[in-house]
Amino acid sequence: MSMKFLIIEDDVEAAKYLRHALDEAGHVADLAHNGIDGFALADHGGYDALVVDRMMPKRDGLSVVAELRENGDNTPVLILSALGEVDDRVTGLRAGGDDYLTKPYAFSELLARLEALVRRGSTSDNQSQYQVGDLVLDRLSRDVKRADQSILLQPREFRLLEYLMRNAGQVVTRTMLLEHVWDYHFDPQTNVIDVHISRLRGKIEKGFDKPLLHTIRGAGYVMRA
Amino acid sequence: MLIKFSSMMKTTAARLSALYLLLFSLCAIFLVFYMTHLAGGFLVNQTKVSLDQELQSLNRVYNRGGIRLLVREIDRRSRRPDAFVYLISDQESRFLAGNIAKIDRGVLKSEGFTAKPFRYTRIGEQDEELDDDDAPRAIGQRIKFPNGLTILVGRDLGEPDRFRKIIRSSLGLALGMMGVGGLLIWFFVGRRALRRIDSVSQASAHIVGGDLSKRLPVSTANDEFDRLSVSLNAMLGRIEKLNSGLREVSDNIAHDLKTPLTRLRNRAEAALRSGKSDEDYRDALNDMIAESDQLIQLFNAMLLISRVEAGYSKQNETELQLTEIAEDVAELYEPLVDEFGGKLVSSIDDNLMVVGNRQLIGQALTNLVDNAVKYGRSEDTVISIYGRRSEDQKHAVLIIEDNGLGISPENRERALQRFVRLDESRSEPGSGLGLSLVAAIMDMHKGTFVLEDAEPGLRAVLTFPIQKTTAKT
Repeated sequence: MSMKFLIIEDDVEAAKYLRHALDEAGHVADLAHNGIDGFALADHGGYDALVVDRMMPKRDGLSVVAELRENGDNTPVLILSALGEVDDRVTGLRAGGDDYLTKPYAFSELLARLEALVRRGSTSDNQSQYQVGDLVLDRLSRDVKRADQSILLQPREFRLLEYLMRNAGQVVTRTMLLEHVWDYHFDPQTNVIDVHISRLRGKIEKGFDKPLLHTIRGAGYVMRA
Repeated sequence: MLIKFSSMMKTTAARLSALYLLLFSLCAIFLVFYMTHLAGGFLVNQTKVSLDQELQSLNRVYNRGGIRLLVREIDRRSRRPDAFVYLISDQESRFLAGNIAKIDRGVLKSEGFTAKPFRYTRIGEQDEELDDDDAPRAIGQRIKFPNGLTILVGRDLGEPDRFRKIIRSSLGLALGMMGVGGLLIWFFVGRRALRRIDSVSQASAHIVGGDLSKRLPVSTANDEFDRLSVSLNAMLGRIEKLNSGLREVSDNIAHDLKTPLTRLRNRAEAALRSGKSDEDYRDALNDMIAESDQLIQLFNAMLLISRVEAGYSKQNETELQLTEIAEDVAELYEPLVDEFGGKLVSSIDDNLMVVGNRQLIGQALTNLVDNAVKYGRSEDTVISIYGRRSEDQKHAVLIIEDNGLGISPENRERALQRFVRLDESRSEPGSGLGLSLVAAIMDMHKGTFVLEDAEPGLRAVLTFPIQKTTAKT
């Protein structure tokens, strides 16, 4: 599925690189190099998501997002910033951003987050059941079944699987998992997440032929039937 | 001495005491005049009353025996010691009887009570000139008879005058002594204050000159100067700590940022020089990305430490259950430890409520557990996380313990410093900032962070002040 993004970023080099990379990933992106042009383009509409740099000359990114939200525009926004502390993140999200990524970032991280944002806009969050292949997760009864066989999960494993299945078909990075499943906005140095994933994998795939939880090298994980 | 005095005049204390002295003197002068005036008036009144009595008695004499008897009676009374002033004169102002030798001119011209005291000399006393200031003064009553005789009966004012003089001179003396005393006190107190201030400004000049280890002098008096110095010293201590942290960082940045940057550059150069296949280039690029990720992590850690040390915003401080945070961390690491065959044990008491930043405390704990994992990946490894209250119930204590190699006592202090990595080979990934970040975070939460020997292994003890309102359980 090809998506259309608007990149509002004053660093021309970085913006071009980003457009090129998105292009390679099969998406389309427009560029704006300051807040004023960016707002005009975004206000015109037609984008699946916006990538907004926080600190720009003429007009800063947060005010652009805030005004769009005031006008009732709910296009998902990913805020990019060199400021990465918890407070900065809180102010960014409070201004109306949907996600916050600190520079410098890995492109795979940005892509995963952008796609997740767009997908989240289309699929409803309040779905009571997620299904990937023959794996079914019921959010109300908290039951997980594969091919009608019940699978017993720890609470954290359940949340991990729930997040992965909500973003099924979508690459989910380790930091996204830390943020959404553990609510940690920092990276432990060791590969703790990998171990949790392999435990979960053991529970949902053991005894079944078809793998559902795939590792994407250098990026993260994806649930796919 | 002169310079010192003039600089002393410039002190606030000197100015205040000069003003005080001036006001005090004005009040005292007013008081002296007011009192002598009142007392003088009172004595003059007394004199008038006794004059009236004398006149009444003379009147009785006159009624009994006429002018003759009066003259004789006056003559007799004039000779008594401590007599009134008497004078009888005729139309030509010749003195006929009485005890007066000279009198101010014009006193006898009019009649009735003398509005102003007059000067006179008595018969037989030293022949003084009337314009002399020492000449005695008196007030009196003048009566004119139809036959042209004038009788003056007066009373000397020597007593009220003397009294006034005594009061004035004694009050003046007292005032003078107080003034001198005030000046002396002002001089010594002012000079003492000046000396204290001089020593403070000398010390601060040293500090401004760059010697941040210098402190303002504190005496044993515990007065306002000392209190000021103590709080300024506390401020200096804080500045010194921040400053030395800054210096340390810039010293270390040079080393620890340049090292990976050099490696990065060398790697790129090597790939260009000897790269043969796409595979070689790809490997080199992957290495370089990993290397730059390390750099970014290092950079982030440094920024975070300096922000935490500068006093992180209180915006994200809330009441937190340490129990939950510690259990989350234990749960996060349990599978990892399990994977290499070690054991992670946790025993955390309920209800350890503190105020703080969940992200930062979580990061501190993961740093510690991360370290334990990093330096003890073996089947015998046991990592324990304990949470409990201190004996006085005032602190929540979190302990992270391993049974690894530990840190030797002489290195424990050093381990908390920035960029210090006791593992000289630097084989494990890490910034060397993990423990100093924990120390900064604990400092910010007004807690403590201590490394101990777990015999064998390392024990990290984090102590948080417990939240009082919820401590009652």
